Amino acid sequence: MRKWLPYLLLVPTFLIIVLFIYYPAVEAFRMSLYRVSTFGNKTTFVGIQNYINLFNNEQYLSSVKLTVIYVGLSVTLSIFLGFIIAMLLTQNVPGTKLYRTFLFAPYAISPAIAGTLWTFLLNPVVGHVNYVFMKLFGLQVEWLTSKPYAFYALIFATVWKILPFNMIFYIASIQNVSGDLLEAATLDGAGVMKKTWRIIFPLVSPITFYLVIMNIVSTMFTSFAIVDVMTKGGPGGYTTNMIYRLYLDAFTYQKRGPASAQSVIMFMIMVVVTIVYFTVAERRVHYQ
Amino acid sequence: MKKSTRKLVNTIIIEIILITVSFIFIMPVILAITMSLQPPQSVFSFPPKFFPTAFHIQNYFDAFKTVPFARLLLNSAIVSLAITLGKLVTGTLAGYAFSNFRFAGRGLAFGFLFATLFLPAETIMIVPLFSLMNKFGWVNTYWALTIPFMASATNTFLMRQQFMTIPLSLEDAARIDGAGPIKYFLKILLPLSKSIIAGSAIINFVYSWNIYLWPLIVTMEDKMKTVQIGVKMLIDAESANNWGIIMAGTMVAVIPTLVVFFLLQNLFVKSLVGTGLKE
Repeated sequence: MRKWLPYLLLVPTFLIIVLFIYYPAVEAFRMSLYRVSTFGNKTTFVGIQNYINLFNNEQYLSSVKLTVIYVGLSVTLSIFLGFIIAMLLTQNVPGTKLYRTFLFAPYAISPAIAGTLWTFLLNPVVGHVNYVFMKLFGLQVEWLTSKPYAFYALIFATVWKILPFNMIFYIASIQNVSGDLLEAATLDGAGVMKKTWRIIFPLVSPITFYLVIMNIVSTMFTSFAIVDVMTKGGPGGYTTNMIYRLYLDAFTYQKRGPASAQSVIMFMIMVVVTIVYFTVAERRVHYQ
Repeated sequence: MKKSTRKLVNTIIIEIILITVSFIFIMPVILAITMSLQPPQSVFSFPPKFFPTAFHIQNYFDAFKTVPFARLLLNSAIVSLAITLGKLVTGTLAGYAFSNFRFAGRGLAFGFLFATLFLPAETIMIVPLFSLMNKFGWVNTYWALTIPFMASATNTFLMRQQFMTIPLSLEDAARIDGAGPIKYFLKILLPLSKSIIAGSAIINFVYSWNIYLWPLIVTMEDKMKTVQIGVKMLIDAESANNWGIIMAGTMVAVIPTLVVFFLLQNLFVKSLVGTGLKE
């Protein structure tokens, strides 16, 4: 029985993985080589024409550009602010537990709800954040429907949503940093800044790497809900990122060939991310 | 400055920063509660109210009237529990195969599964996946909302890691006592892994409750939608009108995960960090 049991144990997982991940991936690749007529009754083989069209399509290129800026900015902010807040939360000041609970709460809130809450807070009439910005900076703008504020609005909601995840991981790994090492550094005259950025930050770099990857995945894909609720990709396509473009082309405009080509491009990006992740993770195991 | 004074000053500065930042992070939830309890005539009060001044519970009834939230809550509960349970079953079984067995093709199977770690098919491959649902006749059903999510590399590896911490000698001892591999799995391995299983169940529940894009695509009928979509429906129905009602609906959608979160925070943190820190 020990011979065939492991295969049997793997059946449910592999059935789902093959049917709902591998098969659609192959299908997306195949469909990306065809042009499908609007009503789906006629398909023509067009080779890599869908890809060529995409790279000549202003709308698509601007969604790629926006994705790069959006992912880059929100991941960088969430990593650095998450680390700094985690540093402050590991100084054992009174009230730490309560602060941690409050700061961690957005993790349990969905991207769609995060988008809804920030839509409300930035509302030009009833929104509190809008009110504060108005009082402090005399800024009175239609946040979600004007450039570049719609983009800032997405960044607020995204950082608010993903920073708590980073913070929790950083707290755990900062607590693992050896106290002796820090004491030795103090005796050597290292100040707080030096200890933080020259000792602790490099020591937690494996977790930073893990978080960067996880954050890229969330900002690439789960950001869909934030965009859909807050800006619907507007104004005028300004906040349409790659996943939102894919959704529009696939379901609003029914362009299945180009949409599949977009799926394949995103798939390739994630393959690269996965390979990078495992190459680096592998190397780390060796020198541990 | 004396050393103790400097320490006190540092503590005060840290306290001030942490209070400010915690306030910023929890504020959206508090303001949403405040707004959800405002009667229509004070929704547009200027400056906006920061703390609850009224208790207009009617907004909640109105939200349930505008959008069928009772049904959507039921759907979300069914979908989340089914995904959570499904992932536990597939994850523990596959994790067990990888932790306690040596078999031909093990490395290959491992790589095949690992490759999907960062591939959310339900967001990337939406076009072919949707066609597949059509072919199965699963559009507008619980099947489409649950089955594709019932296995994941993350879960399998978490379980594998956990099972690997349990010494193999225990399995040998069980075998000598006449317990086969299935009995060992059910009677020894699973009970010893209770806390990891509970932790991953919570994470999966919150994750499933919060899925958005997939239900948006595969459900057309209101009675099959989930609460996440319900909030969007409410915004579309009430936009620019009554934010009190929208925020009431938002609170309805967010309360289940927030309650789970506040009650089980420590388990949550421990398991979540466990998914990433162990290599």
